[in-house]
Amino acid sequence: MGRMGFSPKHACLTDEKDPNRQKITNLTSCLLVSCQLNLHCEVRPPFSSKFPLPFFPSLPIGTKATKMSTAFSAANFSTQSFPLNHTSTTSHDSPLVFAKPTSQFLRSTRKLRLSSSSKLNLNRRSGTVVAVSDVVKQKKSKSTPTLLITKEEGLELYEDMVLGRAFEDMCAQMYYRGKMFGFVHLYNGQEAVSTGFIKLLKQQDSVVSTYRDHVHALSKGVPARAVMSELFGKTTGCCRGQGGSMHMFSREHNLLGGFAFIGEGIPVATGAAFTSKYKREVLKEADCDHVTLAFFGDGTCNNGQFFECLNMAALWKLPIVFVVENNLWAIGMSHLRSTSDPQIYKKGPAFGMPGIHVDGMDVLKVREVAKEAIGRARRGEGPTLVECETYRFRGHSLADPDELRDPAEKAHYAARDPITALKKYLTENNLASDAELKAIDKKIDEVVEDAVEFADESPVPPRSQLLENVFADPKGFGIGPDGRYRCEDPKFTEGTAHV
Amino acid sequence: MAVIFQGVGAAAALASSPSNSFDSNKSVFAPRRSFSVRKGASFAVVRSDGTVNLNPKDRRAQLLISNAVATKADSAAASSSSKPGHELLLFEALLEGLEEEMERDPHVCVMGEDVGHYGGSYKVTKGLAKKFGDLRVLDTPIAENSFTGMGIGAAMTGLRPVVEGMNMGFLLLAFNQISNNCGMLHYTSGGQFTIPIVIRGPGGVGRQLGAEHSQRLESYFQSIPGIQMVACSTPYNAKGLMKAAIRSENPVILFEHVLLYNLKERIPDEDYICNLEEAEMVRPGEHVTILTYSRMRYHVMQAAKTLVNKGYDPEVIDIRSLKPFDLFTIGNSVKKTHRVLIVEECMRTGGIGASLTAAITENFNDYLDAPIMCLSSQDVPTPYAGTLEEVTVVQPAQIVTAVEQLCQ
Repeated sequence: MGRMGFSPKHACLTDEKDPNRQKITNLTSCLLVSCQLNLHCEVRPPFSSKFPLPFFPSLPIGTKATKMSTAFSAANFSTQSFPLNHTSTTSHDSPLVFAKPTSQFLRSTRKLRLSSSSKLNLNRRSGTVVAVSDVVKQKKSKSTPTLLITKEEGLELYEDMVLGRAFEDMCAQMYYRGKMFGFVHLYNGQEAVSTGFIKLLKQQDSVVSTYRDHVHALSKGVPARAVMSELFGKTTGCCRGQGGSMHMFSREHNLLGGFAFIGEGIPVATGAAFTSKYKREVLKEADCDHVTLAFFGDGTCNNGQFFECLNMAALWKLPIVFVVENNLWAIGMSHLRSTSDPQIYKKGPAFGMPGIHVDGMDVLKVREVAKEAIGRARRGEGPTLVECETYRFRGHSLADPDELRDPAEKAHYAARDPITALKKYLTENNLASDAELKAIDKKIDEVVEDAVEFADESPVPPRSQLLENVFADPKGFGIGPDGRYRCEDPKFTEGTAHV
Repeated sequence: MAVIFQGVGAAAALASSPSNSFDSNKSVFAPRRSFSVRKGASFAVVRSDGTVNLNPKDRRAQLLISNAVATKADSAAASSSSKPGHELLLFEALLEGLEEEMERDPHVCVMGEDVGHYGGSYKVTKGLAKKFGDLRVLDTPIAENSFTGMGIGAAMTGLRPVVEGMNMGFLLLAFNQISNNCGMLHYTSGGQFTIPIVIRGPGGVGRQLGAEHSQRLESYFQSIPGIQMVACSTPYNAKGLMKAAIRSENPVILFEHVLLYNLKERIPDEDYICNLEEAEMVRPGEHVTILTYSRMRYHVMQAAKTLVNKGYDPEVIDIRSLKPFDLFTIGNSVKKTHRVLIVEECMRTGGIGASLTAAITENFNDYLDAPIMCLSSQDVPTPYAGTLEEVTVVQPAQIVTAVEQLCQ
């Protein structure tokens, strides 16, 4: 949920000018409380095993939770009752009110939101958190909506998302034409998460991803040519053709992979964050405030490495953000069928860090949440767990027939395409014209075409490359019977040495 | 070692240079024969029957003595004042090596369970947390997979971590990270990221520690591409290998042994390292090549005494580098003696001995007068009962019998 106890536009948490607002003294408590509030105030209808309903937009504003849950109680569950029946578990709270996320992006009118938020004020148990909408209401005039981004930022976000989408579509084409092989996992539909987070980073910040890493690489700045070449297995690829789709690395852009096993990258991300803290505290590089982002999916959140790293990151207050791209499916395993408590963001506070849920189809909401989480990490306040509700429009990989998911569910999320939504926002708020956006589309098409051409024309790795890069210090291949190190053997550089 | 070390005297002829003390960075490809030659037993606490005495009272006594000696190089203790270098126990040698490297390079850090405030379960990191702080000597929660992965991530981003597995067997939980990331990441990233990590810990069969604490992980890790494995067996090579491993750009797994931590030896005061890829000539000989490593070295040396009395002249090589094998030292020995006996602590199936047998057969088959004999531990989970545990591992008597059989 994108609702947080602070204004999306103002990074500063306290506002002296507003006497009506109680100061937010501490973002951690604020986020923790907001997380609790998420439980109490946010409508989370019981999940249907067939069709997990959306948490946002299409629900009428201001609808009470009780109404919501009865509407869905007739849903077809095949498993035991889900733990999300708010009306019974949170009876000690005041009646639940559906509080809308504050971004203006997909909301309808402010008027309705204001009325719901004032109810929210009364119902809230803790007074330290103020809904964003309240702040917005008090600070801005009612006629002009507050914009979350400038024109440049908007175009940057748009271009990045379109690049991600166009690139992935081209990957699918190339795969079916036999230019790339193996397991290729496409990111269509999830662009808002990658763009929303990574575009806020500096070059020295690190990103760790999973096998669904093409778009993370592109967002981080790895040239499309390098990624496409890598996918084609050419020597000009970012990993010299040795990694492939699931192992995108870039030292220059601090992309620490690309991991094939889920959860495997999370400890590596924790290590990168540890280095950042170490540099600051032991090596006394006082300005080292590098942040690490770890991206992974809902399936990974049942994996031990996830929990172990949440513990260590919170324990040592590492500058890391754990970003869960919850697209509800782990190949064919629905998140609801595999997880005892599907609300992943709740697992953050269990380890002492804030847990936030955000609409991952909305790049502006993601960006707002990301700003705070990354800011927290940079200030040394520790890790954050951000659960992005998102969806992949294609199957798990290009080998997945994707027959298990309900077409209605797919249609529902297709209607919330993040690129379409951002386009609408930009044009409606006069940040960009259709022509400018079309120009960007065209430019990206050219970039992707160029990447394919470049990859096609690049050479395949020669045999001599086989034994390179196995060891950073090739003495590790040992000493041969003739007394020389194996790497001194002339056949070694031909790739035919016996090692 | 002290003899060679001083660089003067007859023993200098055996070593091409004071080879163990150079900075490996200066000469990329080190002289091949940088080994230590031992003419006679020079280990103080290895008894005449070759066993390592772990009687607690004895150990404490040894500790007291070693402390008295190790703190001052020119101590007034009777036998040590005239010789150069200083005497210490193997775990202290590891500690010394680690401490020196941490002083030399601020990027070197330690991670593991109980390495900080507790000083390490085997005291290898004793006092380091007080000296270098809690972040440089990090006490981790019990999450081997994750903190090993964390070490790998830290290594990728510029640090040089030394990850301790409290017992090597615990690193089975870290197999995912060690195999997939530690070993392979340099390759799959096209050489962009190096992982200068050292993973170390005690393994091997101890004194009735039970099956799970008595595992030999070298056999499980040996197939992982991209890593190096070394096993230390004396205080001298423990310190040398520790330092070399930390300085290496490759990921190195350093295998220590639970029963060897209290070995005492006099080691040089100067800075030295032991080459990671080289084997150590323990006892030159003519009749048979005995290849061994870690604790079995002492069983072999004990058997060697018996063999010498019976008229045999075994050549004993401590292979030290479990991956890759030093085929030069091994090959020269095979070419000289034509008979090979491998004595290892790994299980019969798929152990280091099995790989070594294959490597020697492939490379030196023409030089062999007899099939290679490999003495390994039994393929059983190590039993608790002392009598059974004793027969699980190779004993000196079996080594004597095997040599006699080989040399017929």
